[in-house]
Amino acid sequence: MTSKPAKISLQSVTKTFALGRDTFTALDDVSLDIADREFVTVVGPSGCGKSTLMNILAGLETPTAGRALVDGAPVSGPGPERGVIFQQYALFPWLTVRQNVEFGLRTTGVPKGERRSRAEHFIQLVGLERFADALPKTLSGGMRQRCAIARAYAVNPSILLMDEPFGALDALTRVKLQEQLLETWSQDKRTVLFITHDVDEAVFLANRVIVMAARPGRVYDVIEVDPAIERNEEFRLSPEFAALRNRVWHSVYHQEGRTAAPSVSSSSTT
Amino acid sequence: MSVLDKRGARPRHPMAHKTPGEPAGPGTAEETKAAPERARPGRRGLPLALNAVSVALGIALWWGLAAAGFKLPTPPEVVSRAGTLIGDGTLGQDALASLTRVLIGFALGTAVAVPVGFLMGWYGLLRGLIEPWVQFFRTIPPLAIIPLAVVVMGIDETPKIFVIFLAAFLACVISTFQGVVSVDRTLINAARVLGAKDATIFARVVVPASTPFILVGMRVGLGSAWATLVAAELIAAQQGLGYRMQNAQLYYDLPTIFVGLISIGILGLLMDRVLLLAERKLTGWQERR
Repeated sequence: MTSKPAKISLQSVTKTFALGRDTFTALDDVSLDIADREFVTVVGPSGCGKSTLMNILAGLETPTAGRALVDGAPVSGPGPERGVIFQQYALFPWLTVRQNVEFGLRTTGVPKGERRSRAEHFIQLVGLERFADALPKTLSGGMRQRCAIARAYAVNPSILLMDEPFGALDALTRVKLQEQLLETWSQDKRTVLFITHDVDEAVFLANRVIVMAARPGRVYDVIEVDPAIERNEEFRLSPEFAALRNRVWHSVYHQEGRTAAPSVSSSSTT
Repeated sequence: MSVLDKRGARPRHPMAHKTPGEPAGPGTAEETKAAPERARPGRRGLPLALNAVSVALGIALWWGLAAAGFKLPTPPEVVSRAGTLIGDGTLGQDALASLTRVLIGFALGTAVAVPVGFLMGWYGLLRGLIEPWVQFFRTIPPLAIIPLAVVVMGIDETPKIFVIFLAAFLACVISTFQGVVSVDRTLINAARVLGAKDATIFARVVVPASTPFILVGMRVGLGSAWATLVAAELIAAQQGLGYRMQNAQLYYDLPTIFVGLISIGILGLLMDRVLLLAERKLTGWQERR
């Protein structure tokens, strides 16, 4: 496992929160390596710490123990090399689509002309060019999330952290956006950590599916999906997909049946 | 009253019923832009007509009560008194004097309240230091400060403007503070992960996000400013609508009192409209339910 330094590396990361007098272990000794340009999805029941995992990598929270490394350096605070996409879109409602996409470029001091053209590029990439000057309130949920994706892409992060980005969308829009996301990603590959509670979504998007378990939050299972497979409707309806989906499904929904995590460490806490 | 309710009756956003999904083609985009404009005249006409009817009914009721022997001046008496007062320049001078006091007090109050509210909302330390004072003074009606203000500041313009300032400040500071505290955490996080530092987050997220609260605070503050005016003009004023009314009270001059009241009402309403306009301009991005 020491062939190439991982893009993202979590080393025995533990995160506990104080809950009144008790402590709640959101993440318990989680270790995980993600390679450059890998698309990893994380799926698990609620309370398994998947959002905490993302917040730690985003630099919005710090681990109680262990280390989170990006490009070999410990994460300290948010940084423009890690783009984050939130479930609630988090678009600035007083800014137009274009201004939202330009927001990160302004904070990082990109000159106006370049800002303009880069924003233009990414707005086109997500297909919102006709809505560039619209305010978020006039956009549908799917369009808002595409705007958020363009905004994250615009600052040119090498890592995209996505926290259930399609969780609030209806099933049809969700499928469409998954395909569009992969299309965007395949044109412009970044390392992606994608959190979801949807098994289909996890399997469809991933090179690797990480299944987490709750109480305490830990890595429970890892399922590889051949990156060579083309992600299209054919794949979605194929027996291979069904088999993978089955596997992940069992891993997510029948965790109690098995006693210990098969592949990855999990210390026994009662 | 119905004038103010008009806002509530505004049409729901036409996109609200659109299925969250894809941009449905060029037609939808056009509709989005055009629909609110198109809907306006028809929907606006009715409330306006209702407003007019309501005002007419109110005046009729007033006239009826005056005719029935209540101690009220009739509308024509008030109108002719207004004519006289406008003719000899008294009303203009009084209105100008009052308006100046209200505007200065209100402008100062807002100018101080907004930064103080921001500081309270942003820094826990400052909140702890400032909040007890704000809450303490909030329970004291500004009018009750007048005796103190007169003793400390004398009887010129300063104490009058001071109490108006206090009234506007207290209304606005709470609202601004509330606005800063309730800024969506996700927006702040979104700005942080896009590389924004504290100063940028403050200027480009916290300020715009709390603008709606500030504007509401300003409108409430303006109301308090006008409400405090008449009492403030108790303090040895030589001019002003409140002074004129108190003076008229000595001579049992009801029409002049009515002219004063109506003038205050109209000026207050006009200023509120201006703020409302600013609110629409500045906070049009909000999703209204």
